[in-house]
Amino acid sequence: MNEILIPLAYLVASVLFIMGLKGLTHPKTAVRGNRLGATGMLIALVVTLFDQHVLTFEWIIAGLAVGALVGAILAAKIEMTAMPELVAMFNGFGGIASSLVAGAELVKFAGGGSIGAIPVAQFTIAAGTSGLIGMVTFTGSMIAFGKLRGLVSTGVVTYPGAQIVKILFALACLALIVMIVMDPGNIQNYWILMAAAAILGVLAVIPIGGADMPVVVALLNSYSGIAAAATGFVLNNTVLIIAGSLVGASGIILTMIMCKAMNRSLANVLFGTWGDSAQSSMPGADEIYEGRIKTTSAEEVAMMLDGASSVIIVPGYGLAVAQAQHTVRDLSNLLKANGTDVKYAIHPVAGRMPGHMNVLLAEADIPYDELVEMDVVNPAFQQCDVAIVLGANDVVNPVARDDPNSPIAGMPILDADKARTVVIVKRSLSPGFAGIPNPLFAADNTLMFFGDAKKNMLDLVAAIKDS
Amino acid sequence: MELLLLLTVFVLAIFVGFEIITKVPPTLHTPLMSGSNAISGITIIGALLSAGSDHNQITTILGFLAVLFATLNVVGGFMVTNRMLEMFKKKD
Repeated sequence: MNEILIPLAYLVASVLFIMGLKGLTHPKTAVRGNRLGATGMLIALVVTLFDQHVLTFEWIIAGLAVGALVGAILAAKIEMTAMPELVAMFNGFGGIASSLVAGAELVKFAGGGSIGAIPVAQFTIAAGTSGLIGMVTFTGSMIAFGKLRGLVSTGVVTYPGAQIVKILFALACLALIVMIVMDPGNIQNYWILMAAAAILGVLAVIPIGGADMPVVVALLNSYSGIAAAATGFVLNNTVLIIAGSLVGASGIILTMIMCKAMNRSLANVLFGTWGDSAQSSMPGADEIYEGRIKTTSAEEVAMMLDGASSVIIVPGYGLAVAQAQHTVRDLSNLLKANGTDVKYAIHPVAGRMPGHMNVLLAEADIPYDELVEMDVVNPAFQQCDVAIVLGANDVVNPVARDDPNSPIAGMPILDADKARTVVIVKRSLSPGFAGIPNPLFAADNTLMFFGDAKKNMLDLVAAIKDS
Repeated sequence: MELLLLLTVFVLAIFVGFEIITKVPPTLHTPLMSGSNAISGITIIGALLSAGSDHNQITTILGFLAVLFATLNVVGGFMVTNRMLEMFKKKD
């Protein structure tokens, strides 16, 4: 009986996963969608406990209890700014779990256990793939976590022959998979594969700069799905294959979106470094800024905003670092009460993972329909009286559009420079991740409002209330 | 034949994934990532089968660790996604 009921329950779970992801296509249905996914997972988990192969429960209960407790605490406590780290970490855990399952199945097989009706070649190839991808996902995610937390150097770490070492490790992993397929009884090979894949994951992520971590996290997200799907081939289990491939597809799409937003190929993110070329032809910072910087004050900006009918706010990660989201919301509420139209222009790489800025602003109760995507908001800058750029830099740098020799040439940017007046809230003239000066700061229609984003916003709100 | 069926499911699921995920608006990309991440914790099923198989000590230990990691992934992932999505709800 169970032989029919369990697969049927897995089918229900798969359908719930698909419906759950579909729910995520709109903010209104997203909460329900996520719950559908969680329900699918619960169904799959519970019916598995009735599988005839599950004989003892003490270790299962221990793992479930500890994992659920720690997971729940992390999920409840994490700050929204640290979301990329948390996603990277969870991702890694999913990856290593897949590798461990494949290892356990190989041990069973080597000890004479049955693998059911599936061909030995499918079993071993899938197990090797799961071991490789799962461990690369695990250590790669841990390094990404370390970089996002600032525990591991966020710089671009390279050494001579780095690419060759990586290729050698990748080839060694493939050779080990071949050895596992040829001689599945020799379980030693699998442990060596796990170790080699773990080193490969570290080597692959450590050279990548902190600014590129969103792409890496999205790609590793995809890998964790592929590892789960590979484990599905090990166990002959369709729900693992379906769920794994859904996640694999999702991660790939997000990776592509992030690459496009930075105008870089995936290969360039993974193997190249930013700003290798053409830097010499760029004018220096002094040459651009000298004598052209105009500063402003809270009172002046308040007066300007009083007469403005349309304001666009361009939030960057600096805003989140300064924890100024709530003050910005207060400012926009004041402006709206005054009859001013307020929008937020969101660049795809505004936060530290896809859609991160939207989460940070949503946390501050800023309605999602005021957050406008780049392509939609860009034409609006021309009719905009004041653009306030808060802690963003490279994503409003007009050289990306105007100077084909700049390192960020061709990167899609927000056309904040087209606004009648641009107010830049920033601590100093220091460059962003791309390491290049921004001519927008020296433009005729730009005013620099130097200082901490939160303090400046508080001053501005006070100045508007006073006037 | 069995393998072909599994491959069919695999390829079709990837297409379903592409179709759905491309419709997710950029506003929800972070919850999408953490939510799909939780779904990739489906490997927990394999972990349960390993941890409960009572085959030998090594499989039990591997299975236990796999259950632990996968549960963290699943529970943490769905909960934090829920927390984020609640913030996107319109305030009345």
